[in-house]
Amino acid sequence: MPGILRIAYKLLINDRAKFAALLVGITFAVFLMIEMTSLFSGILSRSSATVINIGASIWVMDPAIQTVANSIPIPDYTLDEVRSIPGVKYAVPLYSSAALLKLPDGTYQAANIVGLDDTSLFGRPELISGNIQDIFAENAFIAIQDSEFYKLENPKIGSEFELNEHRGVIVGIAHVASSGLFGVPTLYTTYNRALQYIPNARFTISYLLVEPKTRADIAEIKRQVAKSGYLALTHDEFIAKISDFYTYHTGIGTNMLIMTLISFIIGLSISGQTFYTFILENIEKFGALKAIGAKSRELVTMILFQAGFVCLTGYGLGVGLCAGMIWIARLYLPDYAAIITAVNLSVAFVMVVLIAAISSYIGVRKVLTIEPFDIFRG
Amino acid sequence: MAEVAIDAVGISKSFGEGEALTKAVQNVTFTVNFGEMLYVVGPSGSGKTTMLSMISGILRPDAGSVTIEGTEIWSLSTDALAEFRLHKIGFVFQDYHLFPRLTTAENVAIPLILQKRDWDESLVEAEKDLEIVGLKGRANLPPVKLSGGEQQRVAIARAIISRPDILILDEPTASLDGETGRTILGFVRDKILSDKRAIVIITHDSRIYEYADRIVKMEDGKVTAADMDNLSAQ
Repeated sequence: MPGILRIAYKLLINDRAKFAALLVGITFAVFLMIEMTSLFSGILSRSSATVINIGASIWVMDPAIQTVANSIPIPDYTLDEVRSIPGVKYAVPLYSSAALLKLPDGTYQAANIVGLDDTSLFGRPELISGNIQDIFAENAFIAIQDSEFYKLENPKIGSEFELNEHRGVIVGIAHVASSGLFGVPTLYTTYNRALQYIPNARFTISYLLVEPKTRADIAEIKRQVAKSGYLALTHDEFIAKISDFYTYHTGIGTNMLIMTLISFIIGLSISGQTFYTFILENIEKFGALKAIGAKSRELVTMILFQAGFVCLTGYGLGVGLCAGMIWIARLYLPDYAAIITAVNLSVAFVMVVLIAAISSYIGVRKVLTIEPFDIFRG
Repeated sequence: MAEVAIDAVGISKSFGEGEALTKAVQNVTFTVNFGEMLYVVGPSGSGKTTMLSMISGILRPDAGSVTIEGTEIWSLSTDALAEFRLHKIGFVFQDYHLFPRLTTAENVAIPLILQKRDWDESLVEAEKDLEIVGLKGRANLPPVKLSGGEQQRVAIARAIISRPDILILDEPTASLDGETGRTILGFVRDKILSDKRAIVIITHDSRIYEYADRIVKMEDGKVTAADMDNLSAQ
């Protein structure tokens, strides 16, 4: 480490009270920023859980749909219409609806029922136990072992329940990539059994799942579906649409943004103020260094190093604290929706760099304006 | 004839504008020779500090020139002037301006560190110079653990560590009792002054006049006397 930076480092860490105050401020701000954005990422990820878990390339739906959970049934003939579009390799129906289960102990539990195409079972979950063929057995359902699984009283193969006075039997336990947002367990069955168990309106298909022959066919499929008055979205587009809805139409995005900005302001105020005091306390010494022969850019380097060091250390501690907090929270709250993503980390990093830049700017300005002559003048 | 270390010719400096204009130093000419300990004395506001700042490359004069060892220092760029000060001039400030969060040795080593010398090597040099100023064994203490006289010695050690040709001391005895002040000045005269070094001291303290080779008296921005005997008599 160059000597001038070593001096800067020692000046910073040997002033333990201020160093601690700076670290606490930055760490707390980073913790809050990552916690907020991670929570938001978790909510967005879970809001698209069905889309992620089913994994279809193209989803055909009513254009009024905002989220995957609130499907608007489309007519059965649409399936044939879509299958007839050139470029469609195959298309299958998907049923998705909420239902009320009566558990063995007599309590009722809301659940999400997903009905897979009887022929292909397209979008089926990965079984942990049981045999996929058993889904064709009488009253068969597959329970998803996610954070909501315990709400079904931790069923085993053979466990029974009631759904609209129909008997249901668990024939398999499976897992999926993502848990749902609304804290309800999920059961998979066949499309036709789902229709049989849950009363429906005139139209029954929640979504059509389409596989194009090639990626080049997607645009044409979307055009043809639009002509019929429906909407075809790719997997990523559907997730983006759902995310947009939660971000811009529910207030969640705004609240998270406000909380993140408040965290930034808290970090900036604590760090800016403490750093400014730190510079003020040493300003005459910086002036003396200038008189001795230190160049302005060397003093600026010292300050940038100090600000950068404290911000990066605080960033590391904040990330660690947040990761630890999420880990502990998940031990006690299995459905705690928070995911630390590269984007969260990048956002917090940019904010921390901004805090360092603004804090050091104040110090740099002060140090650049001090004249060595002022040191002699007293 | 002694070699000239600092040659200041017709230097002037004013502050403010219009009615608030203050002529701090007016057309001052004087020289400082190697091997000489020169005092600049005078009442507060007489322009001592302004003049000292101009001859040491810290404050640009409005007029006149300052030549140190043949280099007209005010023709140098800001960075070159900083580099010149770093190698040629040592400063001892009135309030010492030691970093309380660094050890004594680290404070002393600062000029060498600014010269981009190796850290450990600089600290070894600093310990040697602390020994010269009589502070052996104090290298790892923070300056706040030292007395005023000891801090002054640390500041002197810092000023001489890069072996500058010119040493500038600003009110070196202002915070010291009479005996310590005399000890410090005696030390500077005996151990620091040499044929290859010039020392300029600003002071109000008439008790230490006996250590000067020559005294320049300033009043209202002008040199009014440059003779030690005259001043001693006053």
